[in-house]
Amino acid sequence: MTDEEIKVFIEGALHYFERVTGSAAAVDAPYLKGDESVALEYTGVIGISGRHRGAVYFTSASEPLVGLLQSFGETDHGTPNQADLVGEIANTIAGNARKFFGSEFLISVPIVLRGQLDEITLPRHMKTVVIPIQWRSWRCYLLVSLHKNPGLLDEVLHRRRG
Amino acid sequence: MNDVATEALPLKLLIVDDSSVVRRSIERQLKMPKISTILQAANGREAIEMFLEHRPDFVTMDITMPEMDGLTCVSKIMAIQPETRIMVISALGDAETAIEAVERGANEYVFKPFSESELNQALRNLIEAPQ
Repeated sequence: MTDEEIKVFIEGALHYFERVTGSAAAVDAPYLKGDESVALEYTGVIGISGRHRGAVYFTSASEPLVGLLQSFGETDHGTPNQADLVGEIANTIAGNARKFFGSEFLISVPIVLRGQLDEITLPRHMKTVVIPIQWRSWRCYLLVSLHKNPGLLDEVLHRRRG
Repeated sequence: MNDVATEALPLKLLIVDDSSVVRRSIERQLKMPKISTILQAANGREAIEMFLEHRPDFVTMDITMPEMDGLTCVSKIMAIQPETRIMVISALGDAETAIEAVERGANEYVFKPFSESELNQALRNLIEAPQ
């Protein structure tokens, strides 16, 4: 991923928190994920296909999700709503990125995973960028694994030449 | 004395989004006394079933949903009842998708995450615009 592409997701995450809660979040310097686990209690996963392939993950502990639900005016802070929200956050940040990547940046519906995740949920053959997000006293993470889809690019170039 | 409840027109709104948190948030933020009935659906297929049963006047429509996406659902609703006014509320931030939604029959497009004032302004546009 390029710096410009990483910036798209940083801005997407900051925009989300600012818009929904009215209070700004901050991000620490993004880094390439190593062997350590960064998965927290709830993880929303969006699959990416089209001109790019990969995934966008938003992972959070319960407390910030309760805080966000309160910002939505939601009084039911139970597990189903926390799971629903973590998927919606991943979906919104990934969807907003189409402003930069274009309509061939295809996003899946969210999949929500609970609990500390095994590394099997991250694509091993792709580099994953971790974006730490600080909101109030809590830390969440946005993880992005993104590669250009060479198969589709070749097809597009072939069509243009043809 | 004016009574909002008795003056309200019997307008029906269908909120379609796969997130129940978002559906309830939209319902809470609406400040439209003209709307007497609010229905909810979690995907396009469910929305079509509710649409056929209740024939709402207005629809808010997410795009990325399981079973049937929102753009397909907009086309189907337009085929059933072309005078229905539809506001797409989606995270998809590219102009092409917004244009496609309008070409399929949507009247308004609001980007997620939205503010309460944006939502209500778009809904006012939807309700008050001439047919």
